[in-house]
Amino acid sequence: MTEISMAQALNAALRDAVKDDDRVLIFGEDVGPLGGVFRVTDGITADFGEERCFDTPLAESGIVGFAVGMAMGGFRPVVEMQFDAFAYPAFEQITSHVAKLRNRTRGALSLPMVIRIPYAGGIGGVEHHCDSSEAYYTHTPGLRVVTPGTPQDAYDLLRDSIDSPDPVIFLEPKCRYWSKEPVSFTREGAAMDRAVVRREGKDVTLIAYGPMVATALETAAAATAEGWDVEVVDLRSLSPFDDETVTASVRRTGRAVVVHEAAGFGGYGAEVVARVTEQCFHQLHAPVLRVTGLDIPYPPPKLERHQLPDVDRILDTVARLQWHDEPVVAGA
Amino acid sequence: MSRKTPAAALLPSGVPVRFLAEDGTRVDEHGHYSEPPSERLVEAYRLMVLGRRFDAQATALTKQGRLAVYPSSAGQEACQVASALALTDADWLFPTYRDSVALVARGLEPGEILTLLRGDAHCGYDPAETRVAPQCTPLATQTLHAAGLAHAMQRRGEDSVAFALIGDGATSEGDFHEALNFAAVFKAPVVFFVQNNGFAISVPFEKQSAAPALAYKGVGYGVRSEQVDGNDAVAVLSVLDDAVAHARSGRGPVLVEAHTYRIDAHTNADDATRYRDQAEVERWRAADPVRRLETYLTTENFLSANDIERFRTEAETFAAGVRDTLNADVEPDPLSLFEHVYAVPTRQLAAQRALVAAEVEA
Repeated sequence: MTEISMAQALNAALRDAVKDDDRVLIFGEDVGPLGGVFRVTDGITADFGEERCFDTPLAESGIVGFAVGMAMGGFRPVVEMQFDAFAYPAFEQITSHVAKLRNRTRGALSLPMVIRIPYAGGIGGVEHHCDSSEAYYTHTPGLRVVTPGTPQDAYDLLRDSIDSPDPVIFLEPKCRYWSKEPVSFTREGAAMDRAVVRREGKDVTLIAYGPMVATALETAAAATAEGWDVEVVDLRSLSPFDDETVTASVRRTGRAVVVHEAAGFGGYGAEVVARVTEQCFHQLHAPVLRVTGLDIPYPPPKLERHQLPDVDRILDTVARLQWHDEPVVAGA
Repeated sequence: MSRKTPAAALLPSGVPVRFLAEDGTRVDEHGHYSEPPSERLVEAYRLMVLGRRFDAQATALTKQGRLAVYPSSAGQEACQVASALALTDADWLFPTYRDSVALVARGLEPGEILTLLRGDAHCGYDPAETRVAPQCTPLATQTLHAAGLAHAMQRRGEDSVAFALIGDGATSEGDFHEALNFAAVFKAPVVFFVQNNGFAISVPFEKQSAAPALAYKGVGYGVRSEQVDGNDAVAVLSVLDDAVAHARSGRGPVLVEAHTYRIDAHTNADDATRYRDQAEVERWRAADPVRRLETYLTTENFLSANDIERFRTEAETFAAGVRDTLNADVEPDPLSLFEHVYAVPTRQLAAQRALVAAEVEA
């Protein structure tokens, strides 16, 4: 196994999918000769031809709506939205058509398509380049929403997403594009709709996904100094949600903290907290807490560090889990 | 640099293409377009009579509570029927909610067409089998699907076209413009057919667009464009035949605007007297497409009194069938709600299905 970055793992997944299935087509803004602004499609046009990987006009609704038609016509489009916030023009196509066509046609038509969206912050991007938009998509029945936290998962989950008969919103944590690990291309690892325990621990479960998986693992390592044995669950699939893996972990540890970059209010973490509380109430020693982005528009780069959950903020939250039977101070 | 088509070659006719005056007499305002064969015109007439009767029947069924709502296309029969006649069974049609008559003309089962408006399911017919997309209620979104599907067929080497119906209001939506642009850039075999019926619910065309005509919106995207008298069935059929042939031959997309008029309100639930004069409606009744074609075909001896009677009888029988179908009580299955959300139901949906099943049992 060679050590490669997440961006390279995604590139490998796209290449292998194009190689294995004639129906797979890649298109979007700048994905052709340039290879995408993050180079995820690097060299694919050169190696497989413009027939398989091509640039489109600059219009996100157009890209997604066009992909709907292509999928209706038997292809398996993999389209790129250049940045999270630039996907919003496609919102109507995604929520009214991509998510619903199978249902509207009672199974006569399906849309096996993947919408890749580089998302979240941590790269010093200026405004409109750093949104964590997952909750918009998870709140839409009919969509699968997937996000990898590691290069290996990036490869496996993208291959699974392209093979899926359902449309998939594939959220790529852009701050992890350059993180590296040895990656196997045998597809023996991830199952697309299962969460995974990244690190075992007995005291508390950190539930994270995408960009926050690495942060949760760093926190777990730092927590040993405080005497806490921290388990880390990586959700991988935000929708559908793997209740089984998550609740099994929380039942073992009795404490849980959900971590995400997106604003907390009305956020995806609220759903996770509700599900865990409903299903694990009698095993919980403390309320399930959240560490999230602030309820503000994404800040400018120089203030970004105040927005992003980090090891200290997560540790401070873990400390509030009634270890000594003290009341929890609710989040501000 | 790729060679662009000169703008002049894309421009629509300065005045709407027309073969027939309002009184059904032949006029020479049709440029290079040729008149379709008389058998085709008689077939168009038969379907227009059928479609008008279907439309009236559907509106009547709303009054009896058999349909939740019905958006009438009365007055637009020439456009509706020509849309179906211009296509082969292998072509894809992308209709809106106001295009039920086009689906009747295409030969779909009326009960299946009205499933959406009856409230049983979102789409009653099988789009894969009929090559008719679900009737689209969001505006202009289906134009992009048509462009994408046309491109897919082109890649597969099929010589089918995609035909997208939209109204005047929908040309203000961004997706319409993105679809024109994508279709042109990919040279996709798609025909965009705008039925400009004068109103987007209550908003008249003057408030919708300052364009000389909607047909001019194609030129900026490199799309060949045309405008036609939408109440002249001869002209609409001729222009659409030509547009479909152009797209089918691989020469790229076409935009056609038909000038027509929505004789009824937006739907049975709308009150058009709040925003337009009855005198205007009466003026358009004088331009009625069914009578205009009937007069022409009769004068030319393509159509006999006997034919007319036969078609009217057929339409009455058809309407009776629609009544019978719609008067039968169908209880949609609540458990069908959980099918086809995903290819395989999620565990959460399986649990919710069990919950609803228990409620239904109780």
